[in-house]
Amino acid sequence: MIRFVPIADPPRGRVIWVTLAALVFALVVAGLIFLAAGTNPFEAYSAMLQGTVSDWSGWSEVLRRGTPLLLIGIGLTLAFRAQFFNIGAEGQLLLGAIAAGGIALFTPLPPLVMLPAMFVGGALAGGLWALIAAFLKTRLRVNEILTTLMLNYVATYLLIYLINGPWKGKNVRGFIYSDDFPDFAQLPTLPGTQVGWPTLLLGVLLAVGLQWFLGRSTGGYELRVAGENPEAARYAGISVSSVLFKMAMVTGGAAGLAGVGEVAGIHHKLLEPSQISSGYGFTAVIVAWLARGNPLLCLITAPLMGIILAGGDVLKINLNLPFRITDVFSGVILMSLIASEIFVKNRVKWGK
Amino acid sequence: MDELLNALLRALAFGTPLLLASLGAVINERAGVVNLGVEGMMALGALAGFAVAYGDGSPGSGSIALGIVAAMAAGGLAALLHAFITITLRANQFVSGLSLTLLGLGVAGLLGKKYEGFPLFGQPNQWPFTIGAIVLALLLAFWLTSTRAGLTLRSVGENPAAADVLGLNVNLIRYGAVAFGGALAGLAGAYLSLVYRPSWTDGMTAGLGWIAVALVIFVGWNPLRAIFGSVFFGLLYYLQFRLQGKTFIPTEFFAAMPYLLVIVVLAFAGLRGQQGAAPEALGRPYTRGER
Repeated sequence: MIRFVPIADPPRGRVIWVTLAALVFALVVAGLIFLAAGTNPFEAYSAMLQGTVSDWSGWSEVLRRGTPLLLIGIGLTLAFRAQFFNIGAEGQLLLGAIAAGGIALFTPLPPLVMLPAMFVGGALAGGLWALIAAFLKTRLRVNEILTTLMLNYVATYLLIYLINGPWKGKNVRGFIYSDDFPDFAQLPTLPGTQVGWPTLLLGVLLAVGLQWFLGRSTGGYELRVAGENPEAARYAGISVSSVLFKMAMVTGGAAGLAGVGEVAGIHHKLLEPSQISSGYGFTAVIVAWLARGNPLLCLITAPLMGIILAGGDVLKINLNLPFRITDVFSGVILMSLIASEIFVKNRVKWGK
Repeated sequence: MDELLNALLRALAFGTPLLLASLGAVINERAGVVNLGVEGMMALGALAGFAVAYGDGSPGSGSIALGIVAAMAAGGLAALLHAFITITLRANQFVSGLSLTLLGLGVAGLLGKKYEGFPLFGQPNQWPFTIGAIVLALLLAFWLTSTRAGLTLRSVGENPAAADVLGLNVNLIRYGAVAFGGALAGLAGAYLSLVYRPSWTDGMTAGLGWIAVALVIFVGWNPLRAIFGSVFFGLLYYLQFRLQGKTFIPTEFFAAMPYLLVIVVLAFAGLRGQQGAAPEALGRPYTRGER
């Protein structure tokens, strides 16, 4: 029999070591799944590396995929610290995109305030979408995993309804998407890439800002206590529901910002949900989990998962694999990470 | 009258996979383990069932019966992975279930690519599945409330420490309950790919697994009520198809309706304080000496 002997305060080296081992293990398992599907895993992995980290155009893809992951991941670290399992970043991202699209297409705002208004509107829309789940959790004890997940589906159909109905572009006949945004509602990109630098900058600033908030501010302290021990928080006079509401606005808002960045920076119109976000919300769960609740660490973990997503794109095109490969990666990596947690916090002893 | 009967029959046809999957989830949750991987296990079951029933495509090369066994085995094995991670390695049950859903959908999509677009010949009759599911619900309701084994299962979910003191192997019972839940989710998947729409398509589970998970809360962890809950949702699906394009309400609204309804239903259950009916130790790993 094996026994687990708790380690009081796991040293940082052990955390890194175990996490890396879990990642390698996940990649091996994913490789075996490739093999079962009739794809040579070595060929797959080398194609992934070549298409991502071997040259600048590959890296720019990693950055493009990593930017929304960064924003969402940062927001999720906050949510997970508050023990709020927000699985609905996907829907919150779409709401952000919808708000940005509505503002870009239908408001007569002057060019100078257009993009800022889109970001503010997108953050509010994403935040409010998450707030529904937070409200149901605090008031009616409804499990937030289920509500945030169901709201993903609802957001998907809302967007399809809009671009297939009232917001359908005037000159697009058979397709379902909106008209193009005006020039001044499109984000500037890093030269030669599809990376909207304002979105990336927002992500970096938010990572620094929220790290400070969590570690150094009263609000951050309240959030951590409310998450770790709601009873103690109430005893200390902290309103747990108001903490959760603010957290929902931030976690959903960050996902909303990511949605604005996608439509204003890359597509310049509203289009089908699966083209705006291919599972960013789920992949970002891994970004936040890997960062162990530290917004600043998302600056490392988001590009890492960006490599996986951009690499997945390469596999889809070069090896003609179905889009589900990103689900395989996400599932295996997440599972391996949570399974490895016990080895971070415990020493393994053999025998009685 | 015909319309009403027709609606009920369609509701039963659509409610069958919901009933099967939610009965499985009732059992593993009654033993204290949440498994949000139902959607993924269903997809794996649907693929395994189809692959074995299809064979190489020629008549007689596959077997429906073996397909059903394979589907249950696939769901059960996937569930055992969840059991290992959450019971033995004591990881978070919610996150593990979520990753199982991603993994199940991903693996089924990847391995199932070569089966896309091929119809299954010799589609089995629906009624053995539907009637079987209802009978199973009745049996499980009796088993849970009136047998010693049922009491044992519930005690493991309500008070594992007490069950441990009585000499019960808490973790082993939980492993069994989780595997049972997975096997039923796999069977629900086989129903989809063999009976309901005899073919394999990526994404054919279409969120049904999640609705089954929500249904468990809605019916208060009660197998008998699960019958009515799943017929209710089956009826909604029927209405969705029936009313599409026939009213001023946009199609997308009907498509979103089951998901909206899950939220409404959960809110309603919350309003009535139904979460109080949840097994006491639900979602918590058991370690001897901890409370």
